[in-house]
Amino acid sequence: MASMFPPSRVLVIMPAWNEHETVGATVREVLELQRGYDVLVVDDGSRDNTAEVARAAGARVLTLPYNLGVGGAMRAGFKYAQLHGYDGAIQVDADGQHDPLDISRVLAGLESADISIGARFAGRGDYKVVGPRKWAMALLAAVISRLARTRLTDVTSGFRAANGRAIRQYIDHYPAEYLGDTIDSLVVAVRSGCVVTQVPVEMRTRQGGQPSHNPAKAALYLLRSVFALFLALTRRKSSIFVPAGGL
Amino acid sequence: MAVLAAFVFAFLMVVLVIDLVRRKKLREKYAVLWLVVGTGALILAGFPQLLAIVAGVLGVQVPANLLFAMSIVLLIGVCLHLSWELSLVEDETRVLAEETAILRSSLEDLQERMDRLDGAPPRRRVRVPPVPSVLPGSAHPSALHNDR
Repeated sequence: MASMFPPSRVLVIMPAWNEHETVGATVREVLELQRGYDVLVVDDGSRDNTAEVARAAGARVLTLPYNLGVGGAMRAGFKYAQLHGYDGAIQVDADGQHDPLDISRVLAGLESADISIGARFAGRGDYKVVGPRKWAMALLAAVISRLARTRLTDVTSGFRAANGRAIRQYIDHYPAEYLGDTIDSLVVAVRSGCVVTQVPVEMRTRQGGQPSHNPAKAALYLLRSVFALFLALTRRKSSIFVPAGGL
Repeated sequence: MAVLAAFVFAFLMVVLVIDLVRRKKLREKYAVLWLVVGTGALILAGFPQLLAIVAGVLGVQVPANLLFAMSIVLLIGVCLHLSWELSLVEDETRVLAEETAILRSSLEDLQERMDRLDGAPPRRRVRVPPVPSVLPGSAHPSALHNDR
């Protein structure tokens, strides 16, 4: 069951939680590419005017009644994509750290795969992490690379594209838990037969907030990611070849 | 006296649980567990020597310890069961949240189209900055939404 390439309709899904400062600019940047992408901002229970800003910038908006986390927002977005007949979806951060110019590069990865990851360490850019966080990322990358039978260097990247097949798989399994949106969903997708590839991208500095360098937090991250990986490796596979009912 | 108090307590508990179920304050699936506990307590209160006999058979030296151990196991079981049910409910509410969000967006689209059909001014039109046109036939014709 091959999915069509290139996808005829692409939905850019942007999970946003209290991102009114950056979401407008990011949405406009994507729309200004003039590639025909539709932008869906999933307002994940924001307490600010993220939804209005996004709408004013030209995005379609899904407003979740309360905060579900990135995984919850993304699954809502994938459901929307499937319902409205999109056969390609790409996750882009609302905070502007993903360069909209890279969207077409990441989407191009779908030519030979169901899931294409925009990887931050694959030669371009200068994204760096240190300490336990680095070990965790290296371990995850090694395990998932073996599983996917391809070299993946950045499995926790949120810059990911999916074709119609992967969208169906994600709707079946996309946990709302911490790391569920990256590691768990990816591992189960691979085990269920989705093909994964990666495309090197650059990360721009975040327009708001800084990545944490707290060693205790990094160590906790290591533990949680190993636990998430363990869970994902022992979960049952999903049967994406049977189209799921409902939305 | 102590035996009577235990019996009365167990009896009241069983009555309370049945009454809660009767008044639909407690779902049957949770009530079953408590009814089993209450019935067990009733039997033990009626025949206190039963505990000593079972403790002797199991090799527990102080019969009361058997009671405590059983209570703890039971309470852990109940906690786990509740966590499990809670996770289930959270999963269900997550699905509801997704569906309401999607339905709301469809409703907004419909309202906007109705407003345009009626020729009525939209309820509240968000000013849209010049947005590049979307490919013909791709998705929805307008980036305008009326927000309620």
